[in-house]
Amino acid sequence: MFVGLVVKQKQYIKYFAIAGTVLAFIANLLDVQQGYGVMHGMVEVSSFSVLFNAIAIASTALYFLLCGSAFEKVGEDVADYFALIFFILAGIMLTGAYSNLLMLFLAIEIISIPQYILAGADKKNLKSNEASLKYFLMGSFTTGILLMGIALIYGATGTFDLREMGLGTGELSPLALCGIILLGFSLAFKVSAAPFHFWTPDVYDGSPTVFTAFMATIVKAASFIAFMRLFHVSFSGGNISHHWQLILAIITAATLIIGNLTAVFQQSVKRMLAYSSIAQAGFMLFAIVAHNEMSSQGLILYAAAYSVATIGIFAILLKMNDYTFDGFNGLARRQPLVAVVCAIFLFSLAGIPLTAGFFAKYFVLSAAVQQGDLLWLVILGVLCAAISAYYYFRVIIAMYFKPGEADAQGVTPGFKAMLVVAAAIVIVLGIFPNLLLQFL
Amino acid sequence: MLTVLLILIPLVTGLITFGLSGRGAKVFSLISSLATLAVTLAAWAQFRTAPEALRFTAEWIPQLGSQINLGLDGLSLMLVLLTTISFPLIFTTVLSRNYERSGAFYGLMLLSQAGMLGVFLSYDALLFYVFWELALIPVYFLCSMWGGEKAIPVTFKFFVYTFAGSLLMLVGIIYIYFQTEGSFSWQTFTSLHLSNDEQSWLFWLFFVAFAIKMPVFPFHTWQPDTYEQSPTPVTMVLSGVMVKMGLFGVMRWLKPVLPAGADMWQEAAILLSVIGIIYASCIAIMQSDLKKLIAYSSIAHIGLMSAAIFAGNEQSLAGVQVQMFNHGINIIGLWIIIEVIEQRLGTKNMQQLGGIASVAPALSILLVIVSLANIALPLTNGFIGEFLMFSGLFQHNVWFAAVSAIAIILAAVYMLRMLQKVLFGETNALTATTTDLKGGEMLALVCITAMIFVLGVYPKPLLELVSGTGIENTVAALTGR
Repeated sequence: MFVGLVVKQKQYIKYFAIAGTVLAFIANLLDVQQGYGVMHGMVEVSSFSVLFNAIAIASTALYFLLCGSAFEKVGEDVADYFALIFFILAGIMLTGAYSNLLMLFLAIEIISIPQYILAGADKKNLKSNEASLKYFLMGSFTTGILLMGIALIYGATGTFDLREMGLGTGELSPLALCGIILLGFSLAFKVSAAPFHFWTPDVYDGSPTVFTAFMATIVKAASFIAFMRLFHVSFSGGNISHHWQLILAIITAATLIIGNLTAVFQQSVKRMLAYSSIAQAGFMLFAIVAHNEMSSQGLILYAAAYSVATIGIFAILLKMNDYTFDGFNGLARRQPLVAVVCAIFLFSLAGIPLTAGFFAKYFVLSAAVQQGDLLWLVILGVLCAAISAYYYFRVIIAMYFKPGEADAQGVTPGFKAMLVVAAAIVIVLGIFPNLLLQFL
Repeated sequence: MLTVLLILIPLVTGLITFGLSGRGAKVFSLISSLATLAVTLAAWAQFRTAPEALRFTAEWIPQLGSQINLGLDGLSLMLVLLTTISFPLIFTTVLSRNYERSGAFYGLMLLSQAGMLGVFLSYDALLFYVFWELALIPVYFLCSMWGGEKAIPVTFKFFVYTFAGSLLMLVGIIYIYFQTEGSFSWQTFTSLHLSNDEQSWLFWLFFVAFAIKMPVFPFHTWQPDTYEQSPTPVTMVLSGVMVKMGLFGVMRWLKPVLPAGADMWQEAAILLSVIGIIYASCIAIMQSDLKKLIAYSSIAHIGLMSAAIFAGNEQSLAGVQVQMFNHGINIIGLWIIIEVIEQRLGTKNMQQLGGIASVAPALSILLVIVSLANIALPLTNGFIGEFLMFSGLFQHNVWFAAVSAIAIILAAVYMLRMLQKVLFGETNALTATTTDLKGGEMLALVCITAMIFVLGVYPKPLLELVSGTGIENTVAALTGR
């Protein structure tokens, strides 16, 4: 985090950052002694949190490797950007392990505040400034709602501890219900679920692309993990789930429909990815609406599949001169390897078998089918997945079937090798998802 | 191990072919397809003596209870034979053609073969679904990259249609999976006792997926355009083999797993099929484009097979199985000739053709033979299957049989009209220059004609497969006994 104080050569900072992620990864794996609490029980280490942290750290390392050199293009303060990413990563580590509402609040804020800064990192660009301001204002309102929700829950239960709330048993007080709804809405905002998604395309589009890649992937997955932990640990059991399940099911349906339909009409790949991230959020919400063992497996797999594929796509996007669909025309002829890898990532996002995205979708849909009364939502989901093929395949059509002179700048052999590694991860997880799930 | 080899050979050689180019890719893929055919013949031999040795089971995703569960019975052997015979025929035909980026072309062809063989061999629902999609993706790229002018939007429609249908089937598979104790195996699925209500709506999730693939009216709209725009070798794969995946799906999965659902919606499915038969036959009569004509005739033929499956008696089911093989062979023969005409003359519009018989006699004779087999003339291979299907359909419902039998007359009308326009009459400036069949084209067509006559006069080997070991279980499962 503080490497910028001593290292003045910008190009080396990336390597220190990567070394940092490796150290963090090892430290996380040393945490195998499970089920213990730290900080007076406010943080609880479990196999789930260790696995999610491993995915988040590995994805961040991949992100640094693929996109790290693009930091220099954003502005002067390269070391600061890396430091901010590490701040966010620290927050992410908390999302899978918090067991206290205050820790949830801290985690969300540690993740959010550096993002407001990163969104505005391109200081001379008005769009970037606007993105930052918009994100900050919307984020602040949401924080208010989150705090209000936490306060109401505390008022109703007298505790901040996730496991001691006991909301699943006995009668539900209106106070607690209001709290649950407010918390649900604030977290729906964080994961850009409809109708709280309006900030997403503008912020993603306005922010420097390299930071959008981080916001749209690992950060989003972490927000989902926080969401799931809260609702599955504290707000389930008894008949309490019915109170929020319908609301979340409607939010999921709206997210799927709005995300997919608006993505269809985009002309820029970057904006398409912003809307597609809303659409993918719809799928991840399945894991929250359905609360069973499969949903946590599904969300873990989704976090990994979605992060790797989207980081890969953004890394390729960063190398393109033109972010429109036409900018990809003829890429397969100029850069066959990049095009193949890009196609694999897009297949994964669309959920085609033999890619990780297929099993990610499979698990979350299965979780919803297993829940029983959500079949309508599942059928809506698969129809939306078919729609999503439309916009993902537009990129493939541009790369492979359209004439053009698309050129990806600065594609070094090292970069290609990293893309191949990412694609290999996508395919290996697409054939053997149990490689990841066995650790749960 | 033979069943594993059947999938592995095209899969691995397909991946290798991507790295080859020019003649190397062509010859390598031909050798690969011949090797797969040889393995199929070995598997057939083993099937006659020790069919249980063809089963292969291995762990795949233990958390889900999904296995790599492969096997062969008469039904799948018939389709595996069709697939593995088709590919050498297709590759031989196009041996003299040069495709741009031939490594990718032949590689994708082999991958699609691997996908289709996987579909026919899988006894695990999840594995079946994965192969089902794996067969689709290479074909999507083949049609879009090497197809006609409008190939991109047309193929995309085909892809989205099929993908949407498959996803609905996936929901059905997931639902049924949760009714088991954590297994995707065919045996578990078929031994489940799902309630009638469940079967009633699950039927549609599966039926739509299969109906799109076949295609059955009104899910057929992707088909004529896709056949027209695809490069001919791919059209051969699509119409010769891939459509059979839909029929196979109904026979292997839909009817055995959801017998009550199939019973409930039997008449509706037959009605859609019969509408498709008459509708497609009428449109075929109006066509002047050769590829579109054959595409619509294919909808009519497949419609009859679909009606016969849902009629569900022993005769109709046996007829479907025999006809799946024969239709595949015949339609590939027709496509080869259309490909030859298009390559030589640059057109497939019947209005511009005529008099080819006088300049290309071998081509003309073979076209007549294949066309007559396609309208099921006795002593050709098409006859026995169609006879069994009609007689089965007749047993089920006289009206359905009577209406669909009109298709025989309509088929004669459009096929003979096609022969007349293409082969006979005066030659024109364009057709006068036609040359006759050459090397690979001749070889492939002679093989097809030989099969047409041999199986027309002596259909026993195919009927044995239907009534022989293994298939009895399938028929028993299908007829609910």
